[in-house]
Amino acid sequence: MTNHRLIIGIAKSLLLARWRQSLVAAIGVTFSITMFITLLGFMNGLNDMLDSLVLNRTPHIRLYKDIKPNPDQPIDLSDVYQNDYNFIQSLKSSGGRADIYNSGAIMQAIRSDDRVVGYAPRVSSPVLYNSGVVNLNGVVNGIDVSAETTLFSFSDYVTSGIATDLKNVPNSILLGKGVADKLQAELGEIIWVTTSKGEQQPLKVVGYFQSGIQDYDKVQSYTSVATAQKLMGKSNSYITDIQVKLKDINMAPPLAKEYAQVFQTDAEDIQTANSQFETGSSIRSLISYVVGITLLIVAGFGIYNILNMMIYEKMDSIAILKATGFSGADVKRIFLSIAISIGLFGGGLGLVFGFLLSLLIDQVPFNTAALPTITTYPVNYDLVYYMIGIAFSIVTTYFAGYFPARKASKVDPVVIIRGK
Amino acid sequence: MSHTVLQARDICKNFHDPVTIQVLKNINFSIDSSEFVSVIGKSGCGKSTLLYILSTMDTDFEGELLIDGESMRNRKEGDLAKIRNEKIGFVFQFHYLLNEFTVLKNVMLPGLKLGKLSDEAVEHQAMERLKILGIEDLALKMAHQISGGEKQRVAIARALINDPLIIMGDEPTGNLDKKNSEIVFDIFKELAEVYHQTLLIVTHDQSFAQKTHRIIEMEDGQIISGH
Ligand SMILES: Nc1ncnc2c1ncn2[C@@H]1O[C@H](COP(=O)(O)OP(=O)(O)O)[C@@H](O)[C@H]1O
Ligand SMILES: [Mg+2]
Repeated sequence: MTNHRLIIGIAKSLLLARWRQSLVAAIGVTFSITMFITLLGFMNGLNDMLDSLVLNRTPHIRLYKDIKPNPDQPIDLSDVYQNDYNFIQSLKSSGGRADIYNSGAIMQAIRSDDRVVGYAPRVSSPVLYNSGVVNLNGVVNGIDVSAETTLFSFSDYVTSGIATDLKNVPNSILLGKGVADKLQAELGEIIWVTTSKGEQQPLKVVGYFQSGIQDYDKVQSYTSVATAQKLMGKSNSYITDIQVKLKDINMAPPLAKEYAQVFQTDAEDIQTANSQFETGSSIRSLISYVVGITLLIVAGFGIYNILNMMIYEKMDSIAILKATGFSGADVKRIFLSIAISIGLFGGGLGLVFGFLLSLLIDQVPFNTAALPTITTYPVNYDLVYYMIGIAFSIVTTYFAGYFPARKASKVDPVVIIRGK
Repeated sequence: MSHTVLQARDICKNFHDPVTIQVLKNINFSIDSSEFVSVIGKSGCGKSTLLYILSTMDTDFEGELLIDGESMRNRKEGDLAKIRNEKIGFVFQFHYLLNEFTVLKNVMLPGLKLGKLSDEAVEHQAMERLKILGIEDLALKMAHQISGGEKQRVAIARALINDPLIIMGDEPTGNLDKKNSEIVFDIFKELAEVYHQTLLIVTHDQSFAQKTHRIIEMEDGQIISGH
């Protein structure tokens, strides 16, 4: 429509005639979008980091054998009490095996399940670390280093030494940083590990790892599956945990149920195990949105003011446009175009500055003992935030412009012309 | 062949601020095409009020207004804007140009709004109008850079851009010195005689009125002669 071009042309002329004020209004929008983008990028960078801290190395489903009372009690088998509701007091957990029954067949089945990326078996056992005169409670985990690394980024957390030495060096152990500090165990040193059954074994320290969660690093250590089995005097079918990584993390809860039923084991999904992290992430996102939107609303008031001022200044022009045949709707479109131009220009500039500021933050060194893999502040550059940013700036300026524009459209030319 | 361009039937107008006063009382008259009509009367007798009604900008009145044979009653604001754009050229006492635009663009705007011709054709027409008024060399100046007399001529060129049925003027020479008043009057006369443009000009300048084809004289909101 030629009319459209005309409206835009008039809007442009009015805007440029007041370019200083328009620029100030646009800078308001630029500032808020810049902050919005930076904040969201930074907050979500943090979210991603914290997620990876926990979620990326947490199995989507963990199969294990829980210690609990046997659900099949003798009284339930008795014909006499078949139709009664039986209460049993002081029921104790059944002892016996802590490993998964028939683990070999289960792993076989999981391997051929095409919803699964992979799995890593574990053998966990409480132990006592000895070095010199220090005795320390802890847990040793026998792991398959290659599987743990590909699925759960295990090697990222090994700060000294090489993760694959677990596989290559016989009778080796990777100590949690906290454990190593307490034992004063140097790399290459031999420490003794005692199981609850009293068996003792010397193991060579081939590295330290730091998970970022200190309480964890003060007790845990890793060795190979075979070493752990040997340590516990068990056969090579002894597996206490099977950690499964899925293609779709959202499938974890139903699949955990399915596995629990099919394999007759206990199964825990990641959502249940880590629900608190989801909450943290969403609250951080919420905070950034609230701050961003607040800034935008402030910028919106800036635009509202500029347009109101412009309309007071341009009363004569509005009257003339109406007298010469422009309708109220045309006038409204002119002022809305002005508002949206300010929004688009300011918002677009805001995206650029937001990106630049994000790049800058990305360069700032950020070293913390708890997060060995992070060297600079984390930033997320997801395109979605940029799209939300520009959409917000257009919507805000539209509303900021709407009321002044409507006022302009209602200007009565007779009142203005007579007023002279 | 002449036909009726504009007709006022029993137009009455009241202001209610703060008490109701009747400013126009049963105004009846019509204007044929090619007529050069002036409206005179003392200040405050209702001339401007009448002109705002006739130009469709003021819709709050009783009676009937016909432009080009069509009633202006119960029309939407957008329709009236379209009628003003197409059929009415307006010249005010104070020049009312858009200062953000050049002289040429000011003249072109109603033509661009009408949208019947390409931008180039509208520009050509605007230059034609400026030539008729002898100000074509001002075309590219900004509207605020020219003198009062020149502004009024630009306003007339703008009023002419869409070949309107009628040009209305509310004391178009009221704010000009004698020399410029004469120039503007001569332009109106030329438009009437050479181009057969229909004109309705409000003035309180008796000598100006004397030189028009017909004088409508008003007093206290009524037409007392020249129906
Ligand atoms: N908005 C208004 N409210 C009340 N009275 C008005 C208003 N506008 C004009 N009037 C009155 O209407 C009368 C006619 O005004 P106007 O048409 O401007 O006269 P003229 O143009 O002939 O000098 C005047 O008495 C004026 O005071
Ligand atoms: Mg008047």
